[in-house]
Amino acid sequence: MTATDERPPAIEEKREKERKALRLSWVDLFLWVIRVTAIIVILWGLIGSIQAFASGEGLSAAGWRDLIFSSLAQGAMYGLLALGYSMVYGVLGFINFAHGEVFMSGTLVGFIAANWLFENGVWEANPFLSMFIVLIVAMVTSTLIAVIIERVAYRPLRGAPRLIPLITSIGMSFFVQYTFAGLFGVGFNTYPQTPEVIAGTVNLFGLQVRTTQLTVIIIAILSMIGLWYFVTKTKAGRAMRAVAEDKEIAGLMGINVDRTIVTVFAVGGAMAGVAALMWSLLFRSVNFFTGFIPGIKAFTAAVLGGIGNIAGAMGGGVLLGLFEGVGPLLILGGLGIPGASQLKDAVAFIALVLVLVFRPSGLFGERLGSEDRV
Amino acid sequence: MTATIAPAGTPTEVTRSNFDMGRVVRVGSLVGAAMVYVSVIGLLATFNRRLLIDPWLSLGYLVLFAAPLFGGLQFTKREKLEGLEPEPASVSDLVQAAVAGAIGGLIAALFAALVNAFPDLRSTFPNWSPELVELLTLGRGVGPAFVLLPLISAVVATVAAASSFLPERLRKAVVAGVITVVAVSLFQPVVDDFFDWLPAIPDFLYTSTSALSVPAAVVVFLLGAAVSYFKPKSRNGLARRLGSEDAAVRRRTTITAAIVIGVAMIALPQFLGGIINELLVNVGFFALMAIGLNVVIGYAGLLDLGYVAFFAVGAYTTGILTSPLSPTFTPMLSWWQAFPIVLVMAAIAGLFVGTPVLRMRGDYLAIVTLGFGEIVRILLLSDWLSPYFGGAQGLRNIPGIPIFGNEVNVNTPELMIYMVMAFVVIAAFISWRLEDSRIGRAWAAMREDEDVAEAVGVDTVKAKLTAFITGAVIASFAGSLFAAKVGSVFTNSFEILVSIVILVIVIVGGMGNIPGVLVGAVVLIGILGGPNQPGLLQEFGEYKLLAYGALLVFMMLKRPEGLLPSTRRQRELHQDEFLQDAWLDRSPSRPGPSVAEPHGDDL
Amino acid sequence: MAALLETKGLEKAFGGVRAIQGVDFAIEEGEIVSVIGPNGAGKTSFFNVISGIFSPDGGQVLFDGLDISGHTPSQITKAGIARTFQNVRLFPNLTVLENVMVGQHCRTSSGVFKSILRTPSQRREEAEIEEKAKDILGFFGSRLVGYRFDQPAFVLSYANRRRLEIARAMGTEPRLLLLDEPTAGMNPRETVELTELIGRLRTERGFTIVIIEHDMKVVQGVSDRVVVLDHGVKIAEGPYAEVSTNEDVIEAYLGRPADLEGAS
Repeated sequence: MTATDERPPAIEEKREKERKALRLSWVDLFLWVIRVTAIIVILWGLIGSIQAFASGEGLSAAGWRDLIFSSLAQGAMYGLLALGYSMVYGVLGFINFAHGEVFMSGTLVGFIAANWLFENGVWEANPFLSMFIVLIVAMVTSTLIAVIIERVAYRPLRGAPRLIPLITSIGMSFFVQYTFAGLFGVGFNTYPQTPEVIAGTVNLFGLQVRTTQLTVIIIAILSMIGLWYFVTKTKAGRAMRAVAEDKEIAGLMGINVDRTIVTVFAVGGAMAGVAALMWSLLFRSVNFFTGFIPGIKAFTAAVLGGIGNIAGAMGGGVLLGLFEGVGPLLILGGLGIPGASQLKDAVAFIALVLVLVFRPSGLFGERLGSEDRV
Repeated sequence: MTATIAPAGTPTEVTRSNFDMGRVVRVGSLVGAAMVYVSVIGLLATFNRRLLIDPWLSLGYLVLFAAPLFGGLQFTKREKLEGLEPEPASVSDLVQAAVAGAIGGLIAALFAALVNAFPDLRSTFPNWSPELVELLTLGRGVGPAFVLLPLISAVVATVAAASSFLPERLRKAVVAGVITVVAVSLFQPVVDDFFDWLPAIPDFLYTSTSALSVPAAVVVFLLGAAVSYFKPKSRNGLARRLGSEDAAVRRRTTITAAIVIGVAMIALPQFLGGIINELLVNVGFFALMAIGLNVVIGYAGLLDLGYVAFFAVGAYTTGILTSPLSPTFTPMLSWWQAFPIVLVMAAIAGLFVGTPVLRMRGDYLAIVTLGFGEIVRILLLSDWLSPYFGGAQGLRNIPGIPIFGNEVNVNTPELMIYMVMAFVVIAAFISWRLEDSRIGRAWAAMREDEDVAEAVGVDTVKAKLTAFITGAVIASFAGSLFAAKVGSVFTNSFEILVSIVILVIVIVGGMGNIPGVLVGAVVLIGILGGPNQPGLLQEFGEYKLLAYGALLVFMMLKRPEGLLPSTRRQRELHQDEFLQDAWLDRSPSRPGPSVAEPHGDDL
Repeated sequence: MAALLETKGLEKAFGGVRAIQGVDFAIEEGEIVSVIGPNGAGKTSFFNVISGIFSPDGGQVLFDGLDISGHTPSQITKAGIARTFQNVRLFPNLTVLENVMVGQHCRTSSGVFKSILRTPSQRREEAEIEEKAKDILGFFGSRLVGYRFDQPAFVLSYANRRRLEIARAMGTEPRLLLLDEPTAGMNPRETVELTELIGRLRTERGFTIVIIEHDMKVVQGVSDRVVVLDHGVKIAEGPYAEVSTNEDVIEAYLGRPADLEGAS
């Protein structure tokens, strides 16, 4: 029981140093090193690219413009896909790994429709009708798969510790993947030739833009508007927001929580179906594995935008699309790294890591239910 | 159907007249859907190539008619509640089972008709073929199938339901017999190998198509049933003793089991043929990694989905340091010289992965580690870093492990097995010691409630990093052994799939429990096979990952603690049952410590 | 004598809510001080800041002269402050004994290598940890000993869980105990027993104790001094008799009589 003022000054100084050291732990130091490295890499790469561009090397202006638009289109697709992840996480608190497969099922079954339409001449004769039919088919399929998965694998685990539904969703993801592999075979299925009317480019404010990409972007905008309307103006949408906020209280207020959760999965599935159509327009080739990597990237987009935040999901998607599409060439290419486009996926994953480490609440703010809020 | 509480001696109704049509249709539809599913994804056709009993039962048909079998069981399955008599099966139940089976069979027949009517879909669905129609209609055409399929399904379902009429011991014996027949038939390569010193046995058992002959099947069935029937009913089964509360009992059982297994493991490789040895080596690698992942997930509660990255670090470090063809950097050390460096690199990797994720919630941690795993793989594969890692070509000419003058690699399977087993033992030992120590307790506390653990003085930063580093080091054991064994490393050995398979092993085997994890590795890798490695059931080939996925879902729904759970985990996931059992266990004839609070001690 | 724990001008806000506003607090070694106040007064936030779960926005927390503001909870526990939680937060699937043994983590040092090799010093340390834990559990009479040692914590009755939580806090060998509503949810008999226990914690084990409490009988029976918080501000301090008759305190709990003059 010594009095403070009796302590000799040397110990006091040591105490002061200890206090300071404890506050700046080496973990924080490590994280700072990463931050600084990331910024340096990005800036250096940017400068390199700008120099290359100025001296006429690398990609031309047209090339960059193409790249930006294709990235935007892809980003729009990621955004729609991200909605499913975002909504499920916001309501149930876990990452639905199987959502990528929900998307994949839309692409494969959509392929059947597209093929049938093509073989019966409708595809060429009536491209817009055909696309509409494919869209409906894809949406119905994805919604159905999403709802079935929820009923079979997630509902029984409603009260379980959080990691269990996550692990189940991983299992479900593989199960659905390989079911479709068994069903369709492992080879790639290619959608029929893009009809004349959508192939080629369109003149948008003096820029030549690929029509498919423009279509994709327009579809995304329309879907978002539709979704916004649904979520804010309809009863079901309100119920969804209530359940996302607080499941228990929503139930006490007379909302059928089970049915609302099914709605959440259904809406996510429907959006994934739309994304499936987009994929078919942008890439045309699909197989059982098509959903896996886009799924992970879409989740990245969801977190980037703020998990649980619907507008944020789209925003995150577009950002991620830009980052992964333009990033490798812009930054890594600028650094002189060969084969930068190989690293596209790595860039997306690095984005994932950086976001989750440095800004897990996302860029636009997360919206979590009361149970998950810290 | 509920159980009735009847005092002993009261006669109970045998026949009941509630025929639940809705349920019958529901079960029947599910049975039908399952049969269609199995057909349309090609399982039926693929498995049909494997005959179980020559000539009339193939694995394909077994799987097909497993659906009505399980469907039929639904109608006489009773929940066993302690202290209450389950309601006996009635004729009505059998009828319902039959109808449900018939419905299922009908759906299957309809499907066969459909496939027959629209042959063009084959271009989209490779399995939509005339061969499938052949199989489904049992070779007799679509018309007869409408009678055959429902009939057979109904019979199978009824027999399954009727099994509950048998006294329990007899029923268990029948089930054991069936399982033995299937097992002996499927594991024909093992039996063949094992009995190559007594060829009379495999000759008797198997026909030229590697299936059981009919008389052999009967014999095996009777043997299996007899063993089960006459086995003394012991309350102290192995699993029970392993999970015992009494630490002394647990230790004794574990040591005995370890000795037995140890002797077997040392003796076996000498007797088993090449294929089985290769299989054991693969099992060994996955067991090793599973033990490591068990530390990260099972002990510390950190869901690492990118675990394969550490395996890669071990493999590539060994490759770079030992191979004379390593680009850029060619120290050409021996495996043993490289080993300490491998450990250090792994520890650094563990630190690198662990530090950024220290403050993350569970799901996010999972996906970030997944991301790390992929980033590592992509970088190793890239052209950019190929001067160091060989890019798509990988690293080659990695020498084996020099021991007593021999070079241990893929050409010396017995020695390789011993190496792998030795490391499995080391890893298991490390893991076991850590669990029951200060750091193990810290991990358990952190897993239960991280914030409170921190508040109670546990430095969670250190604890998490220790977990990651330990896991990484153990994975690097596997990685460096793998590099030496195969002699080369390519990135397709390091896909996400591998991490997921290891995860399934840990979870299915029993998270947090070393024997469980080992059993999981043996069962899963041995039977189903790894992502790039065939298992015993080679037919499974394409459907391996489907099975893994289904297994994971099934386990999470029915038995999340795994096959051989640690008692703690079992308690954790079944707290209510634990308390209830304890309450029921407490009877006047068993005085002494009871689990739930006795009334006297109410303060 | 200088204070064991001291806060100077402590400030903490959550979003827009100023949970703690300029709180000065001091307790000397060997004292038992109660912190009371209506719901939402900031009492648990106060504990949370002292124990390191949150960093203060302003002001200081000094423990034995050392500024511990902003340190991590495990560092603060190591320094000598332990706490219990308002809603009992045990490790439910660890055994009773293990719960207390975890408390010893910050007082012991066997690392990975020693644990793997079971060196003599590690084995000695483990034995010591177990001994100390058993001794601590023995403090609570026959309730948490014997066959109870190996039972998972979730089987315990509510009162026993509260006791185990205190035992776990004791396991960290603290100098200062922060007890957050230790008698909440207990029946009168249990409450009386716990009140005695708190006294014994000081006399037999020498702890300095700060208690958050709502039950005034307990406060009266146990405290040397009482501190009253309301809306994050300290509004009174002193012996129980003084504080319980303080007008501001009564008003904080019961509210002001409504002014009906202007109505009707």
